Amino acid sequence: MKAGSFEWHPARSADEAVALLAEYAPQDGRVIAGGQSLVPSMALRLAFPSHLIDINGVEEFSRVRVEGGDLVIGACVRHAAFHAPVEPGPLGRLLTQVVHNIAHYPIRQRGTFCGSLANADPASEWCLVAATLGARMVARSVRGERVIEASEWFQGIMTTALEEDELLAEVRLPLLPAGSRAGFYEFSRRAGDYALAMALVAWRDDGGTMREVRIGTGSVEVQPRRITVAEALLEGRVASPDAIAAAAAAVSADVDPLEDIHTTADYRRDLVGTAVRRAYAQAGD
Amino acid sequence: MSDHGPSSLKHGERHNGDVNPRRKFVGQRVTRLEDPPLVTGRGTYVGNLNFPHQLHMRVVRSTYANAIIRSIDTSAALAHPGCRGVWTGADVADIPPITFRPTSIQGLEPYRQYILARDRVRYVGEPIAVVFADDPYVAEDIADLVTMDGEALPVILSADTAPGEFAPGLSTEALVLRKNFGDIESALSSAFKVVEVDVQVGRHSGVPMENRGALARIDHSRDVLECYGQGKRPHAHRDAVATLIGRSPASMHFYEGHIGGGFGVRGEIYPEDVLTCLAAQRFDRPVKWVEDRRENLLACNHSREQRHVVRGAFDKDGRLLGIDAKLWHDQGAYVRTHGARVPDMAMGTLIGAYHVPSYRTVGYVRMTNKTPAATYRSPGRFESTYACERLMDAAAEQFGLSRIEIRRRNLIPKEAYPYARAMEILDHAVELDSGDFAGLLEKTLVDIRWDELQAQVAARRAKGELVGVGMGFFMEKGGLGPVDGAKVTVDTKGKVQVITGASSIGQGVETVMAQIAADALGVEYRDVKVIHGRTDVLEYGIGSHASRATVMTGGATRMAALNVRRKALEFASRHLVEAPVEMLDIVDGQVVRIDRPGEPGIPIGKVAAALAPSPATVEFGNPGLTAEGWFETAGMTHPYGIHTALVKVDPDTGETKVERFHVAYDIGCAINPMLVEGQIVGGVAQGLGGALFEEFVYDERGEPLSVTFADYLMPTANEMPPVDVLLTEDAPSPNNALGMKGAGEAGITGVGAAIAAAIDDAIGIPNAITRLPVTPQRLKALLKQRGAVPA
Amino acid sequence: MASKMAITLNVNGTEHEIRVEPRKTLSDALRGECGLTGTNVGCEHGVCGACTVLMDGAPVRSCLMFAVQAQGRELRTVEGLAASSKDGGKLHALQQAFIDNHALQCGFCTSGFLMLAAGTLEQQPDIDDESLREVLSSNLCRCTGYQNILRAVRQVRDAGQGGAR
Repeated sequence: MKAGSFEWHPARSADEAVALLAEYAPQDGRVIAGGQSLVPSMALRLAFPSHLIDINGVEEFSRVRVEGGDLVIGACVRHAAFHAPVEPGPLGRLLTQVVHNIAHYPIRQRGTFCGSLANADPASEWCLVAATLGARMVARSVRGERVIEASEWFQGIMTTALEEDELLAEVRLPLLPAGSRAGFYEFSRRAGDYALAMALVAWRDDGGTMREVRIGTGSVEVQPRRITVAEALLEGRVASPDAIAAAAAAVSADVDPLEDIHTTADYRRDLVGTAVRRAYAQAGD
Repeated sequence: MSDHGPSSLKHGERHNGDVNPRRKFVGQRVTRLEDPPLVTGRGTYVGNLNFPHQLHMRVVRSTYANAIIRSIDTSAALAHPGCRGVWTGADVADIPPITFRPTSIQGLEPYRQYILARDRVRYVGEPIAVVFADDPYVAEDIADLVTMDGEALPVILSADTAPGEFAPGLSTEALVLRKNFGDIESALSSAFKVVEVDVQVGRHSGVPMENRGALARIDHSRDVLECYGQGKRPHAHRDAVATLIGRSPASMHFYEGHIGGGFGVRGEIYPEDVLTCLAAQRFDRPVKWVEDRRENLLACNHSREQRHVVRGAFDKDGRLLGIDAKLWHDQGAYVRTHGARVPDMAMGTLIGAYHVPSYRTVGYVRMTNKTPAATYRSPGRFESTYACERLMDAAAEQFGLSRIEIRRRNLIPKEAYPYARAMEILDHAVELDSGDFAGLLEKTLVDIRWDELQAQVAARRAKGELVGVGMGFFMEKGGLGPVDGAKVTVDTKGKVQVITGASSIGQGVETVMAQIAADALGVEYRDVKVIHGRTDVLEYGIGSHASRATVMTGGATRMAALNVRRKALEFASRHLVEAPVEMLDIVDGQVVRIDRPGEPGIPIGKVAAALAPSPATVEFGNPGLTAEGWFETAGMTHPYGIHTALVKVDPDTGETKVERFHVAYDIGCAINPMLVEGQIVGGVAQGLGGALFEEFVYDERGEPLSVTFADYLMPTANEMPPVDVLLTEDAPSPNNALGMKGAGEAGITGVGAAIAAAIDDAIGIPNAITRLPVTPQRLKALLKQRGAVPA
Repeated sequence: MASKMAITLNVNGTEHEIRVEPRKTLSDALRGECGLTGTNVGCEHGVCGACTVLMDGAPVRSCLMFAVQAQGRELRTVEGLAASSKDGGKLHALQQAFIDNHALQCGFCTSGFLMLAAGTLEQQPDIDDESLREVLSSNLCRCTGYQNILRAVRQVRDAGQGGAR
């Protein structure tokens, strides 16, 4: 289980990185950040990049900052950065809650937020966060920079709107407004495993009434997404157990679950309803 | 090996008749001698060893589950500049298929595996070629260039469907095993109730943390082929591999070094071990092979996959009149070293701890297009205990008795031991040596505070929680004989070397042997160095499997140490101290006079020095403070135990969380309770894996789906409950002087049974669990199907 | 095949000047080129944790990095835990606790657990039991059932000896 040969190109700046990518992407070149998904797939010889453009040495990519109402997460910000809240509001707290579900402690020291977004695994927690909270992805190339909405970003299992010569330079996550509540729940076979289903819920609490309701699911379909029919059931309502159960049922009915030899669509459909209910319970804590 | 043990210590001697009752280290929780190199990164696992100018071997494996080989194209591989050689089946056509251990069971020969496939492949992962290079990365590059063109054949993926053709004219039903005693027909016809269960255990296995590996070279100074990395049965396997590659056994030696876990799967004779040795011989260069994890999960022995249909004939009081049991054993693609040991053992042990007047069992041993299966810790017994205990739980339900009461009525009474059964297991007559199962049950109920536990469970259920308790009773077996030897030598510094034929696979054999030798001889256990797993220093050895090392090798070590002690005292009495031998003892490494406490003794190193070759020492007998010892036993030992699990089921997800686990175990004699508990807790973890998490899954084309650690789910620290162990020594074995019974398997045997029973109890549906592992997906489906949760 | 690169790895305070192909994992380079075979390799796909080492103080899987990526970083392996033999060879508190609590059997996972625990206790000396269990669930052990590993690490934490020899 040894990777195939490749040429290694360490980049020292974002400009150098995109220049290298422009040169090598057409020759099977790929970006490596944390590598916690890429290196295993290379070891299993499922991926054979001929060139790796290593962005770990790009100083500006390691920053996380708040800017214009967004939390801006650079390309090499590690999962472990979120072990403590990166901003004092509800988003910071939510990300800290979510990060403990991502793989294991040593993996989180190395893997990156943006890497998860670029990899777009259906079971990625960060992808669910991005899809549910409406993140914007900043893609950079020698041609310039463009911003991609979450609704456009995910294009199926491990597929994104990123072009071959583009690098995901940063992700902009909108801060949750004051008074927001958010909860997350996932079910996996063992601690640290890929989830069989997960849900993220968020809303603004307006004197007991739920506003700007967001319900997202991950690990259920080919990509994470918001379940708008369920959100509509809660918008402007009081968060009662019955209302939440109805929303959970609407989620179960709306999803088109992935199946595998272990897991039927029926099981995932049930499970995602449970995940929604438990995510609400988490948010209520 | 001339010195025989004192004749008074032969088989049958009771533990209280011990001539040397000293117990300074035996029974103590001393820390392990094995640990210092392992915690400092000085392990000698085979992957850490290298010889100059070595070649790296990489195996090319079949991607077909069942196919006729049309051709194997090696041209691209051979054209690679780093390629030092490629072999296919044609290149090793002179090597016969891999042998299995001697057995009276006939008819398995046609199902043996060649070291490289010839005209047919029968599982994904079967070796079809090997390539050689100077670097393991390059070897993998080259292996990827070898391609096979095959004509795919239909696959057979289960043992309980109609057999097919293994080869032209040869059925995939390799064997039908039968065992019987008593009159089962009249038991069934006269029974008050006949209770039936139909249960399955999923395919899983030992999966040690270290992958398999081998490193072989020829030492021309001795004309010996050395092989590093084997651990389990070094002597027997050396002989077998030597024969396969055409060497005399004396010109080949195995050295095990450190082994990263055994569990029954490591150290069998695999095609890769033979290929590595053969390559070292043919290339006349050192050859190293270390598999990767994917290969390990594809090609190292699988185990456990069996379906049991068990019928119990009970009288009106719920007492067993007889058991009628069938099993279907999924052997995988080939019969490996163990032959039909697993189903034979399952059939022989299924009736467990119960008095069963009549028994009839049939085992269908069938070949499938999956990885070959063989022994895994508690082979056959994990499966049979689960099947039998499912029957007892079903009977409890049908008779309206508690699950404990039904067992109380059927346990073999203490007075009935030794308890013979009119059948054989592994060609040995069955005689359970000693036991007090009812006594262990009562101690268990006290230790787990049964009444309190039941009250807690009832209170939580009243609040809507799905919690439950289950038990698994098991009769183990250990100490498989018949004979083992050891050699003990004291050097001139007073340090003791024990040479054994055991294998050290992580279980603590060095420490345990040192404790036994130290007490028998009269020295500090830290002064004892234990050599194991080397064929060059001891002519014979049984290795480590079947929980036998402590009993057999321990027995031999004790004999040898007693012989050394006797020799030291006799020599001292004649030449060094003016005292009759009866007045001498060895205490803390000094020969002392019993009648003069406090008087300085003679260090045994000095005795050893005095025994250096000289006319006097030759005249005395033979020079050197050294002796051999042999231990023989006719019977196996039968430790026994009870597992109790407390579980909670999540009705929404189907998840089972194990909250507590308890193991009560009568070991006869615990040489080192800390190590025994370690064996047990580790066994529980593996058992929970098989009960809840681990399964080798195949798709309908025979493609294995559990080939990474992200797919083959072993428990982590997070899934492990607290485990409490109650060790008792109420029924020491009469078959050896210390009463030992073996410790290796007690942690795992009853786990499947206890977990299944606990889940039944938690969900309130008797006999709901019929298949292991109980995954959340399966349990949720079951709950919906039975109407326990909304559909 | 890509040509080999000359790199320097700083491991346990010693500079190792080695030549490796870019594809060589850090674990293989430590074991082969640096001769530090205490770091074991159990799965090569980042799940088992046997190869865990410390990089700039953080526990990482050395099989999920390429050696070329570790230049300029401070690496620590199990060989660097105890005092050197010329300094008396005293074991690190975790090593001693693993022996005392019978927290190892075959020893193959032990280096990885020691480095995981060492890095964690250095970063979080007061880590609570639940978080510690979560962290230690990162690595697999097939022999011990984890109970004694947890006990050993808790003992060292409780004694405030996470960084001590």
